[in-house]
Amino acid sequence: MSENVQSIAVESLRHIAPDINIDDVDPKMDLRDAFDIDSMDFLNLVSRLAKELELEIPEKDYPDMVQSLDALVNYLKHRTA
Amino acid sequence: MSEFCMPSLGSDMEDGTLIEWEKQPGDTVNRGDVIAVVETQKGAIEVEVYEDGVLEKVLVNLGDKLPVGTPLAIIGDGSGSSSMSRNAVSEPLAQTISSNKDSNKSIDIDSVSIADAVAIADTGEKNQPVTATVAQNRVRATPAAKKLALDSNIDLVSLSGSGPDSAIVLDDVKSAIRTSVSGESVPLRESSSESGNAPDVSKSEVATKRTAMDGMRAAIAAAMSRSKREIPHFYLSHTVQLDKLMAFVSEKNAQRIPEHRLAYGALYIKAVALAVSKYPEFNGHYKEEKYIASKAIHIGMAINIRGGGLVAPAIHHCDSLGIDDTMEKLKDLVARVRNGRFKAAEISDPTLTISSLGDRGVDSLYGVIFPPQVAIIGIGTPGSTVQIVDGSIEPIHTVTITLAADHRVCDGHRGSLFLRDIGRYLNEPDKLQ
Repeated sequence: MSENVQSIAVESLRHIAPDINIDDVDPKMDLRDAFDIDSMDFLNLVSRLAKELELEIPEKDYPDMVQSLDALVNYLKHRTA
Repeated sequence: MSEFCMPSLGSDMEDGTLIEWEKQPGDTVNRGDVIAVVETQKGAIEVEVYEDGVLEKVLVNLGDKLPVGTPLAIIGDGSGSSSMSRNAVSEPLAQTISSNKDSNKSIDIDSVSIADAVAIADTGEKNQPVTATVAQNRVRATPAAKKLALDSNIDLVSLSGSGPDSAIVLDDVKSAIRTSVSGESVPLRESSSESGNAPDVSKSEVATKRTAMDGMRAAIAAAMSRSKREIPHFYLSHTVQLDKLMAFVSEKNAQRIPEHRLAYGALYIKAVALAVSKYPEFNGHYKEEKYIASKAIHIGMAINIRGGGLVAPAIHHCDSLGIDDTMEKLKDLVARVRNGRFKAAEISDPTLTISSLGDRGVDSLYGVIFPPQVAIIGIGTPGSTVQIVDGSIEPIHTVTITLAADHRVCDGHRGSLFLRDIGRYLNEPDKLQ
């Protein structure tokens, strides 16, 4: 499941930020800066992740998710574990 | 009966290429329906019809490059459609053109410079190398489809067309590109896998991208230069407490799935729309040495385009929309802008623009007015500070909102009242619903 979570996160980010090459992204960098996503993009990302992973993602969890790509994946792994 | 004419989508537009009919002869059309897609140097723009009726006859061919004002089709009222249609056909076309040239009834051709800021946003997905090109010219295809196919190295012979007479249209080529590069750089595709090989960025791709960007940059340069040349701007700034609005949004969103959650942008739009209804001198257009206030409130929202540039299309009648409808429309607009295709009316008729920095910006933004509009509201990134209450300090959240307005039309006094009222609405979120 955990690898699946990683690929779903990456794939969802690709849809939101198709011009960013994931291999060039620093996984510890602020997610919004790394993928140049605004709040509307982030809302779309959360909507997509919630659907794909069948998760409830409350707004209060956003700060944990935006810290970095690693943090996002860890959050999702933790939530789907 | 009236004519549907090539619209002007910006003061510098002289002609456009008809690339798609969204309606066919005999189809019923309603005011606001997208009837055709016109390609300009700035991108593909969906053109709406401004009356109810029946599309009776198409007067020009797909792919024709036509001057602004050229009749493209006849719209009838449906009941007497066939006789009117016959009349129209029996008239020489040249006569029809000359007699109706000045009265574009079926389409609003207000020329507005914000239209200049249109560009195709999705150039990234258009230029993936696919297969060799063979005999492109023997296939029926629109010029835009041919060009994209050529740029993308797509073989038109291998595609089936969905346009009139099975002509290959732009969407056919786009979907072929999506299919062939599934998983790579394709927004809004539901089932793409991660395994697609990343195609090399070819020189031609870079060149095409640069051309599209240059077009947009030039369009922004033209509009903004005109603004700074012609409009004597004055600027005001106001810092507003945001805690009530934040509590309101948190409370709403806690009960909602992500798709139905609110973003601050929608609330800013609503607050500005409500406030401006009492300040008509900030909502309208300055044309030919005269200011005309608009009764309708169509707020243009500056939307950043990935890779550079921006457009500010309108959300219509914001004052009468509920907050959830405003949010839906905003989301829809952002999605379509990022896909590089939106409606002519949306870019040509904002009456007032908002530019918001979102959550990753700086304290304040002083906008440049999009002519012929007369004001732009800038919204900075929310931050936190302290305020003194009864001798003690408490932490609060704030946002700085600014107004840039046209001094030919109004003065700072009214501007400050307007800005203060926006702040008041942001502090009374219950009124924003």
